[in-house]
Amino acid sequence: MPIEIPDVRESFSQAIYTVTLGATRDGGGTRTKVVTVGGEKALPFHHFEGEIPHPPVVAMEVWDVPPEDWPDPVRMPFADVMGSLGEWARKCVEEHGADLICLRLVGCDPNGEDRSPEEAAAAVKEVLTSVGVPLIVWGCGNPEKDNEVFPVVGEAAAGENCLLGTITQDNYKTLVAVATAYKHKLIAESPVDINIAKQVNILAMDAGYPLEDLVIYPSTGALGYGIEYVYSIMERARLAGLGGDKLMAQPILCDIGREVWGVKEARAPREEQPEWGDAELRGPLWEATTAYMYLLAGADILVMRHPEAVRAAKRAIRMLMGEEQ
Amino acid sequence: MARKLTGLDIYKLLPRTNCGDCGFSTCMAFAMQVAAKRVALDKCPHVSEEAAAALGEAQAPPMRTVTIGTGDRTWTVGGETVLFRHEEKFHRPCAVAVRVPDDLPVEELAARVREIGELRFVRIGQEIGVNLVALEHRGGDLRRAAEVARENTDLPLMLMCEDPDLMGKAVELCGDGRPLLYPATPENYAAMADLAREHSCPLGVRARGAEGLAELTPKLRERGVEDLVLDPAPDGFLPTLTELIRIRRLALKKVFRPLGYPTMAFVAGDDPFDLAAQGAAYICKYASAVVLPLARPEFVLPLLTVRQNIYTDPQVPLAIEAKVYEVGNPGPDAPVLVTTNFALTYFTVEGEVERSKVPAYIAVIDTGGLGVLNAYADDRLTAEVIVKSLREYGIMDRVSHNKIIIPGLVAVLKMEIQEESGWEVIVGPEDAAGIPAFLRNEWKPD
Repeated sequence: MPIEIPDVRESFSQAIYTVTLGATRDGGGTRTKVVTVGGEKALPFHHFEGEIPHPPVVAMEVWDVPPEDWPDPVRMPFADVMGSLGEWARKCVEEHGADLICLRLVGCDPNGEDRSPEEAAAAVKEVLTSVGVPLIVWGCGNPEKDNEVFPVVGEAAAGENCLLGTITQDNYKTLVAVATAYKHKLIAESPVDINIAKQVNILAMDAGYPLEDLVIYPSTGALGYGIEYVYSIMERARLAGLGGDKLMAQPILCDIGREVWGVKEARAPREEQPEWGDAELRGPLWEATTAYMYLLAGADILVMRHPEAVRAAKRAIRMLMGEEQ
Repeated sequence: MARKLTGLDIYKLLPRTNCGDCGFSTCMAFAMQVAAKRVALDKCPHVSEEAAAALGEAQAPPMRTVTIGTGDRTWTVGGETVLFRHEEKFHRPCAVAVRVPDDLPVEELAARVREIGELRFVRIGQEIGVNLVALEHRGGDLRRAAEVARENTDLPLMLMCEDPDLMGKAVELCGDGRPLLYPATPENYAAMADLAREHSCPLGVRARGAEGLAELTPKLRERGVEDLVLDPAPDGFLPTLTELIRIRRLALKKVFRPLGYPTMAFVAGDDPFDLAAQGAAYICKYASAVVLPLARPEFVLPLLTVRQNIYTDPQVPLAIEAKVYEVGNPGPDAPVLVTTNFALTYFTVEGEVERSKVPAYIAVIDTGGLGVLNAYADDRLTAEVIVKSLREYGIMDRVSHNKIIIPGLVAVLKMEIQEESGWEVIVGPEDAAGIPAFLRNEWKPD
């Protein structure tokens, strides 16, 4: 006589908000495809208890200035294109299957090249004309400068439905106004703190920005460097979101490449750490494994760098969505 | 949590004679005290063995704890209490096993086993490594392989063989080391259970999904084997993950006894990235043991790190011990860098110092786990605190210079520290990423 197994499926009261990025001609933009994330009615890849309509996606990172601190393993695959933003973006999309391009406006940093808002807008335009995928535009992180740059950038990309970031609890008004005026989505950043994550969303909402157009960026730690704190904050946020908390029901973005390629497990040359094995594979595996953990915690958008890690993350997503064995 | 028995539940198991031999006037009064855990059930001299067993059963934790191996390398898994680490913590880090076929030439087998034993790394002051050598019967001599393995490692073994006779021969040789025997299946379970019971070994159980396992485990218990590790064995990544999640929920949320055991999962395939994806997912989502087909360090180290991270106690604040850390064997002319004990800050600084290849001391100040700016704003990183801490550590007695490097974000503290201590204060970079260039280009001890 077969044993009766209790039903352990949970049903949740709310789906995660669905966020579409990019706009085609019909939608007022020039993208050849749009990307939709979110909409989950279950915990990550718990297909047995609820619908997961949109797979997580992978954005690849390009910079407006050639990066100096990318170590060789992740620089070499782009060495031939890093001088040309458009070619770099095209390579990410055409050769490596990036679902999105994440343009980081590092060159605007006042402590770096201090590029003008107009130069930033030109960089955004160059990526937009070079690829058909939707765009994430990430500021240099200097609040004053970002507030000068984004009004110009937002206008230059008007109608393209980009994902702009980041807003923080200390700096959100300009970006909210820009995103509202030119119809973009926003990344809400918080420093590994679930209460601040909520607070940023509240501030954006109070400033008139719709909660369903936000993406949560809870900060990202590399594998071995605080990932567990972010992992648990993501699990808590996702449980709260599914449980009915509208302030935590946004898709989640993880900025993986930037973190991983700063740690020694990814960077150290072979001669420094021979006991860590194949140096060619070590960095990409560290980036991919970081991505796997975040997928399990509820990531919807992964920002990544190394082509092998991107390939691996996309493959893992297909396996976890049941599309491939 | 185990289901809590009420006084009434316990009362029903008692003789209900109100004899008073337990010291309480009624059985009900006694039952209430037992439920409150103020009195042990054996104070009742008349309680039946069945009742005692039933009571013990009901009070048992929802997931059994299983120990594999003996001696220093013993590894204990299971006994988990939550589905999400933020609810409490994950208690017993899952065992990481690497499989080795028994048909390898002896020397190669010995080399493989040694290689697995040497896969040990130190991260955040903790040694992490592989825990089990999984010897897989593939037509070779399992007993001989076990013998070779024991000569070449002190790691506990897992013996993988479906034939109870061959398994028996190997267990005769190494059963005293409490290897994990695998697999008991619907076909061979009787003989496997007998082996596990006779040699007091934990037993891996393989059946199809939660349903198959739930039918098999009661039969194994009837044969006297309780230390079980469950392998739901569906083909493929997603089905395996799904079963691991279901079993964990059934065990903890439903206290469903037939599945109240630790679980295990096999990582399979050729592509190291595919393997890493499975390994990471199974470690995050509830396997108490994962069996890997590869021992390459670039593949094993990230998975050991996933395990270390996931099993970190989330209730312990993001702080590390405040003291002086040494990077790269620093000597008396090495720089002294000051930072806070926020773990992420420290790891970032440590990583950058290592990248610089300049041996250095990192003097970590107790800021209650706050980063540099927050600690400064909160008056936990002041000139006074820095000077007092560095004096306590005695770090300036260990170096031949009198310079300290403070984070660029608190450059404002420079003069005050200098006045208070007489040390020369150098303002370091604002961002840790600037440390390598700073140490290489600007640091000079004299």
